[in-house]
Amino acid sequence: MLGAELVTQTPWIFETVWLIPGIMAASFMLILFFGKRLPQKGAEIGIAAIIAAFALSSFATYTWISEINSGSEAESYEALPAATAPIGFGSAVVEPIAFAGEEGVVRGAPIITEYEWFSVTDPMQESVAAKSSAPAIGIGTWVDGQSIMMLFVVTFISMLVHIYSTEYVSGDRRYTHYFAFLSLFTASMLFMVLSTSTIQLIVGWELVGVCSFALIGHWWEDKPNSDAALKAFLTNRVGDIGLLVGMIILFFAAGNSFSIEKINQMAVLSGEDGGISQGVLLAASLCLMAAVMSKSGQFILHTWLPDAMAGPTPVSALIHAATMVVAGVYMIGRLYPVFWEGLSIYGSNINAMAFIGGLTTVGGGLLAFVQRDIKKVLAYSTVSQLGYMVMALGVGAYTAGMFHLFTHAFFKACLFLGAGSLSHACHHSFDMKKDMGGLRKKMPLTFATFMIGSLALAGLPPLAGFWSKDEILVGAGVWPGTEGNGTYHIPFIFGCITAALTAAYMTRVIWLTFFGKYRGHEEPHESSWRIRMPLVLLAGFATVAGFLNMPSGFVSAVGLPKSWAHKFEDWVEPEGVSTFVSKAQNGFTHAKPSLSLAIVASGLVLISIAVVWTYYKKLFAKDEMATEYTDGFMSRMPLLATGHKILTNKYYLDHLYTDKIAGTTKGSLAKVSYWFNQNVLDAIVNSAGSVSAAAGRALYKHFDQGVIDNAVNSSAGAASSSGGVLRRLQSGQVRQYASLMFGAAVLIAVVFVFALGERG
Amino acid sequence: MFLNQFLLFAAVLFSIGVYGVLTRRNGVLVLMSIELILNAVNINLIAFAAYNQDLSGQVFALFIIAVAAAEVGVGLAIVLLIYRNRRSIDITEQNALRG
Repeated sequence: MLGAELVTQTPWIFETVWLIPGIMAASFMLILFFGKRLPQKGAEIGIAAIIAAFALSSFATYTWISEINSGSEAESYEALPAATAPIGFGSAVVEPIAFAGEEGVVRGAPIITEYEWFSVTDPMQESVAAKSSAPAIGIGTWVDGQSIMMLFVVTFISMLVHIYSTEYVSGDRRYTHYFAFLSLFTASMLFMVLSTSTIQLIVGWELVGVCSFALIGHWWEDKPNSDAALKAFLTNRVGDIGLLVGMIILFFAAGNSFSIEKINQMAVLSGEDGGISQGVLLAASLCLMAAVMSKSGQFILHTWLPDAMAGPTPVSALIHAATMVVAGVYMIGRLYPVFWEGLSIYGSNINAMAFIGGLTTVGGGLLAFVQRDIKKVLAYSTVSQLGYMVMALGVGAYTAGMFHLFTHAFFKACLFLGAGSLSHACHHSFDMKKDMGGLRKKMPLTFATFMIGSLALAGLPPLAGFWSKDEILVGAGVWPGTEGNGTYHIPFIFGCITAALTAAYMTRVIWLTFFGKYRGHEEPHESSWRIRMPLVLLAGFATVAGFLNMPSGFVSAVGLPKSWAHKFEDWVEPEGVSTFVSKAQNGFTHAKPSLSLAIVASGLVLISIAVVWTYYKKLFAKDEMATEYTDGFMSRMPLLATGHKILTNKYYLDHLYTDKIAGTTKGSLAKVSYWFNQNVLDAIVNSAGSVSAAAGRALYKHFDQGVIDNAVNSSAGAASSSGGVLRRLQSGQVRQYASLMFGAAVLIAVVFVFALGERG
Repeated sequence: MFLNQFLLFAAVLFSIGVYGVLTRRNGVLVLMSIELILNAVNINLIAFAAYNQDLSGQVFALFIIAVAAAEVGVGLAIVLLIYRNRRSIDITEQNALRG
């Protein structure tokens, strides 16, 4: 009747997922208070906590998957009536069931456990009606495919990063502090992932920002590091204003509600049906987009991300793969109706998000070419891949975007930890041109895992990146026969360009680090098992994660069981997203995968790998120590040289922010403030000062000297003279005291006898 | 019952005690004299208790014995320490508190 089978009871794990962030938060407090006294300086608490959190998350994932699998036969999306379509984003269908008295949930629908955090009442309004309509701010857990996926990814990556860090930052002076913040970072990301209200989301979002600030600036003694931390924090603040304003708009638009569920439900309804009108959604989603741009490193607020490389490498891996930058993408997914409806260009089939993503993906990819620092290449690659994710969400390929987030987490964490392993060997340098080269033979395992990560990032079949990237390109709906949610020519072309760019710059990185001759000093060596083990695990995931979402055509062609096709889609995609009826659009469809597109995209990747490969092969044949042709294209073609200059200056965005915007406002603001300070504030302060000085002098002369001192002196004199008399009694002779006491006792006895005796 | 005899005996004992406290220079003897005073009081209490057929006087006497034991403990300790520090227990020499 509802198109989905009912489960009689919610598995206990779904109502207790709050334990997972809870464990990490407790671990933060424990490390902070007791860490320094423990033999491992607090690392053992963090590792125990993250392993427990990972075990719980795995169990939740397992339960979720088995719930879906047991109900998948009964599912039929098409049977859903249009009015109840967006159930995946809220419990529009769940609620009537609850009212009917059946304690059940729809499979695949979110399981929301919410408690009232606090409620806001207007003290001016005393009536009961006003109080009952006061907006309650909920806190709780939201369990659906998307959050389960994030729970798994975040705890998994964080666990490996914890283990890796015990080796990588061992002996650091703030070792305990480091592990405490790793725990808090993980806890706040998990808190955000599970949020049920926009307030909880904002709190989690800001906590993530604070933790990234603390960890990026972990080695704050060096000025560039603390600058990078500040830059990350301040750039994020710019977006956070958007987040606040956007959430406030949504609060009023959804009828004084912070509930994500309600906001999503109302976002898909049109203004006449009691929903939120497109204009309001546009304003809200534009503001929220600013937050996404700053947090998820979208063009033009991505500038903090490469600088954030100043932090320890495991932190970079955590930031880039699991905890920080995907927060923005996650928020788009969580408030998908808002973004999808709000940013749809009215009257067309086109969504503006796809263009932001498309621009970011190419802009980030190009910048990766001119970096000497291996971590910065990876950072720009993250910017580029995040652009892919946003683009996927923009073209309506929700599952493809989330799937890319999932696969990207593994191979990007693998690459970052690999880069950390390289630098651990090469004297803590990340400079590919100066200190690396020829490491293939010296660090075979790091080489192998880095290679797998790079190929997965480049998107070569059958590695993870291929499957998710292919889905995004398919989702753009340009290639014949793919039938997406609109035709996005420009994002599609950008996506293809980025596929080629990614392959090219990763080949460059591989050549500069692993081939040629070693250019650093001292012999590099392979890292210990605590660094190698995470690398191997992540490389393994980077290889196999893509098979979770194979197209059904591929599965039947290869001869695998039919049930192996698009598992990720079944598990993660909210129920109803496929029948999502939009105001601007007629339907919401899954694009059809295309074999020819996959072949063409892989061909592009192979060609660009081949081109860069030949370039470096020739170069190293000529000079083993060289890193580029000194008389190459750059010196011969002025257009290329200009392009190179723009790229090395990072599109002049930093210049624009610090010199132009901050510089201009800073100068004029300072002048105005100085004048105000000198002429207004100082005048007030000075006159107040002279008045009180005069008053003080008068008081001193008359009152203090005349009255108070006199009284004090005379009382002291009286005490002194009485003391002079009384001191003679204090002879120090015990016998004298005793005789005085007995004399007094006799006196009292005499008094008693004569005064009381007469009466008796 | 001859209450007077007890009271007289106690008064004599008390007077000897007071005399000892005021005239003896030896600290231990002063403490012993204080014991005499206390025991004089005890005799008074017990005599009145027997005379009035009331047990509370005897209970009081027991309390005083206990308190006196404690007091002697502290007092002897003080005398011992004074002796250790000054090699003398003459209380007329102990006038460090003279004003």
